[in-house]
Amino acid sequence: MTALTPPTVDAAALAARVAALAAEEGVADIAYAQVDSPAGRLVAARTEHGLVRLAYEDFNGGLDAVLEALAARLSPRIVEAPARLDDTRRELDEYFAGRRQAFDLPIDWALTTPFGRRVLQATAAIPFGRTSTYAAIAAAAGSPRGARPTGNALGANPIPIVVPCHRVLASGGGLGGYTGGLSRKELLLGIEGSRPG
Amino acid sequence: MSLEPFQRVLDRHADEVLRFLVASLGRHDADDAFQETFLSAMRAYPKLRRGSDVRAWLLTIAHRKAIDVHRGRARRAIPVAEVADRLAGGEGMPEVGDDGQWARVRTLPARQRAVLTLRYAADLSHAEISRVLECSEAASRRAAADGLATLRMELTA
Repeated sequence: MTALTPPTVDAAALAARVAALAAEEGVADIAYAQVDSPAGRLVAARTEHGLVRLAYEDFNGGLDAVLEALAARLSPRIVEAPARLDDTRRELDEYFAGRRQAFDLPIDWALTTPFGRRVLQATAAIPFGRTSTYAAIAAAAGSPRGARPTGNALGANPIPIVVPCHRVLASGGGLGGYTGGLSRKELLLGIEGSRPG
Repeated sequence: MSLEPFQRVLDRHADEVLRFLVASLGRHDADDAFQETFLSAMRAYPKLRRGSDVRAWLLTIAHRKAIDVHRGRARRAIPVAEVADRLAGGEGMPEVGDDGQWARVRTLPARQRAVLTLRYAADLSHAEISRVLECSEAASRRAAADGLATLRMELTA
């Protein structure tokens, strides 16, 4: 007989099925999907508890860097399982289409510090179409040291858009900073009809 | 340095694991074994030592799944009339392209079958195969040579 040649295979569909099954049955700890939006491509990741990361892909070093950070901080058992993020994608689509003002997604705060979580929960309470200030959020989160640590906590928001840190502005009326770049903060405030100036 | 996201392991090695399983089991049983291989691997993944040879590790798991399937088949009684069918097609599935040669490999003794599938379907070196099978490199080469000799004899007989 001639030399043994490897069988011809295309494992892509099987691999996708394994990833989906692993996410469904909890063998994987994190499921992720890439989501296109008017604010650029996003990486959405969830655990069994809820949405744990929503990253602006370009602003965070690309998909690989986002996944590597998740692997290092939470678990390397990460799979691409878009079906597990259908709710996230749908709510984001509705938000960007102007048909949704509040997100109903469960949140996993695993990537936040206790203080960061207080800041972000105070931020999550700012309604659609309204804005607040770093000083006001610092006070609401019980920050003894004023607005600076609060600004840092907002900058480290692992779940922007859904936790609306874009609604926090500088006390003088300026935009302040944003975890996805200021043009995105303006875009989101524009969608909500609260672009300053 | 932490482990890379498992999705990357899956993307990089899915084809070679499936090639090995198709060669070892036929297409009919390869799909289930593929799923079980990667689910088992994912469960064990956080305990994998940094710097391990991930490909050899995955194929070790796949090899064990394949052994389970072969043992299951051996336990089931095979009516003589079906044997010829199996030799030709493996579980009665139509074989395409080069799958026929692998159907013959599946009739070889377990060690020879394992070595030939790991060597020629998964492209492992004999050094890697010796670690997967926990045998010497020389034993791996010998099993490959014996297996290939048997296949040649079958063809010319």
